[in-house]
Amino acid sequence: MLYSQKGMATAANKQVVGQNSQQGFVYLPLIAGWLVPGAGHFLLRKWGRGVLIAASVFGMFSLGLAMKGRIYTGAQDILDMLGMAGDLGNGLLFLVCRVLGVGADQVQVTTADYGTKFIVVAGLLNVIAAVDAHNLRTGRKS
Amino acid sequence: MLHTSHFAAVLLFALFASVVFGITQRETPRRMFRYGIYCFTLFVCSAVVLSWVMFLIAR
Repeated sequence: MLYSQKGMATAANKQVVGQNSQQGFVYLPLIAGWLVPGAGHFLLRKWGRGVLIAASVFGMFSLGLAMKGRIYTGAQDILDMLGMAGDLGNGLLFLVCRVLGVGADQVQVTTADYGTKFIVVAGLLNVIAAVDAHNLRTGRKS
Repeated sequence: MLHTSHFAAVLLFALFASVVFGITQRETPRRMFRYGIYCFTLFVCSAVVLSWVMFLIAR
């Protein structure tokens, strides 16, 4: 066959579309993975990947807190805005810590500066993992 | 409060980031593992090289 049937209404494609539409909300792994690290992969029954992602993100976030890292509470300048965006990637972890007042307000020691970066990068890694769960859900990745 | 050296912080950072990179950027477990090792090595080696560069510039 010289032409691609991708996207055409062939019998095979109709079957795939039918299967996907029966599987519920497509963005659920993305949202779950953002809110709780690893949850997107758990929903897709990728247990090993989910455990490793959860351990990495939780580990990095908690190490950041243990180093007295700062959790961004507001955005006064562009660097604060970027840090806040990274922190928001942690989903519920960030919200719970904000509510409980966990995390330093000011960076006072060198390790606290490392800790702040650990917390931001944990959020960014969690976003990457949530997008990966979405790609698994849509079939873009196996 | 946790006090870590700069190098220990680099190792921890590289470990966690490499795990997530490996899982998300490759498809088979074998390739995930190899890519994770590759990322970890690059993180640590680049930190050591850049540290020496900054040390030599600062002298």
